[in-house]
Amino acid sequence: MRLVKTEAPPAASPLEVSGVTAAYGSEPVLWDVSFRVPEGQLVAVVGPNGAGKTTLLKVVMGLMEPAAGRATVFGKPFSKARQLVGYVPQRGSVDWDFPTDALDVVQMGLYGKLGWFRRPGRREREKAMECLEKVGMAEFAGRQISQLSGGQQQRIFLARALAQEARLYLTDEPFAGVDYKTEQAIVELLRDLKAAGGTVVVVHHDLATVPDYFDRVVILNRRLVAEGPVEEVFTRENVSDAYGGAVSYLAGAE
Amino acid sequence: MEPLRDLLFDYTIRNVALGSAVLGTVGGALGSFAVLRRQGLLGDALAHATLPGVCVAFMLTGSKSPAILLLGAALSAGLGALFILAVVGGTRIKQDAALGIVLSVFFGAGIVLLTFIAGSGDAGQSGLDRFIFGQAATIVRADVVTMGLLAAAAVVLLALFFKEFKLLSFDPAFAASLGFPVRALNVLLTALIVVAVVVGIQAVGVVLMAAMLITPAAAARQWTDRLSVMVSLSAAFGAASGVCGALISASGSNLPTGPLIVLVATGVLVVSLLLGRRHGFVWAWLAGRRNRREVLGRGGAS
Repeated sequence: MRLVKTEAPPAASPLEVSGVTAAYGSEPVLWDVSFRVPEGQLVAVVGPNGAGKTTLLKVVMGLMEPAAGRATVFGKPFSKARQLVGYVPQRGSVDWDFPTDALDVVQMGLYGKLGWFRRPGRREREKAMECLEKVGMAEFAGRQISQLSGGQQQRIFLARALAQEARLYLTDEPFAGVDYKTEQAIVELLRDLKAAGGTVVVVHHDLATVPDYFDRVVILNRRLVAEGPVEEVFTRENVSDAYGGAVSYLAGAE
Repeated sequence: MEPLRDLLFDYTIRNVALGSAVLGTVGGALGSFAVLRRQGLLGDALAHATLPGVCVAFMLTGSKSPAILLLGAALSAGLGALFILAVVGGTRIKQDAALGIVLSVFFGAGIVLLTFIAGSGDAGQSGLDRFIFGQAATIVRADVVTMGLLAAAAVVLLALFFKEFKLLSFDPAFAASLGFPVRALNVLLTALIVVAVVVGIQAVGVVLMAAMLITPAAAARQWTDRLSVMVSLSAAFGAASGVCGALISASGSNLPTGPLIVLVATGVLVVSLLLGRRHGFVWAWLAGRRNRREVLGRGGAS
């Protein structure tokens, strides 16, 4: 007698990195990095320039083949689980003079579900409008994207990721070059995603805000320095280990 | 009204106008993507790279049928594109230098071959040099059919993959994260640009073909902030420039067609830069003046 197979238990971690080593040419950028992100957490990935943060994202998303190890998303390789992932690239990575408006950019988040050849229609427009409302940008829907401020552009990118209706969000420096008010609005948004059961991984630069914003932190400097809940592993010792030297403005963090 | 009557009834002129409209349309449409992806010079290098292909195709077959010559042109441009990719990917030479190398080496080889063919006394060779600056008056029905089929294929593919090409051009990293095969789409888009170049070289010539990719697109950008409108407008500008330039050239003036078409397109660009509704100088100047007056007026009132 065969048992009816039920759906697999959702035990798999949203993001698991095991023994990843990655190199450009002969220069290793990541060395034997392993960690596991539990579901429903806000996770910061910090480390000095060249620590391999962007490379880590590339490996996770299958844009770069690691020399060893592997990364899985909900227990599967990224290519099998990409519908569960929303991605927010760095704002500086695109040309904001491109002839398009805010609503159109947000609709791009639905292109994956639309698949080949099909054009976005009314349903997609409504969905995108909803996401714009969630980031407080509805009134800018028809605005040419170069006429938005840096903070507004960042929120457009977040709205595009919202449209993907993901369970894991990978965001690359969403706070870069935005003012204090926008930063607060973005943090609020990330917390909403978490409250809705999502997991958010943020490549982050500002060490001072890590304890305020995040539940967990991954401290990286080519190898993994530490990973875990912020209050346990975000210590002066670990941070100066990663950044090599005294990190004075963290005096109060311990 | 004589040119208009010729356009409708004169067999030669009708072919010339049709051919030029086709090349302007496909060049303008694909040129929009080349310009937005900052690949205008790629079009230039690939256009120059077609010349040796035309010569070799003629030397091998002795035929001047458009299908054979344009096939040679496409293969040669494809080789140039591969060479650029290999140089950029495999050496420390940057893209601009790689484009320069391909442009000059292929064009140089083409000129050598042209001279060789001219010296060989082959009676059929006369006219190959029209590929340098273009000669619309030599366009006959067979050319128009070949150009039309190639252009139609390119435009259909562009329409089918419009959403994908837009995403690829705006945000390739995001496209990759959604699972679109970015590299394959890149190759396809570049291949379509090669097709646009090949369609145009007979009438415009390899030296100036890049202008038919860049100029109409740059002009169209001044009028709109929507990609779909920009692509259609650019195609319309290209077609209009092609027809005007080719008619002037073919109506007995004996001036080379390529430069005339490019001059017309440049006229469209100048007008667009001045008057373009979205980004034209005149509107920006007027808006600036109005804003200044408003701000100063408000300041004075308080």
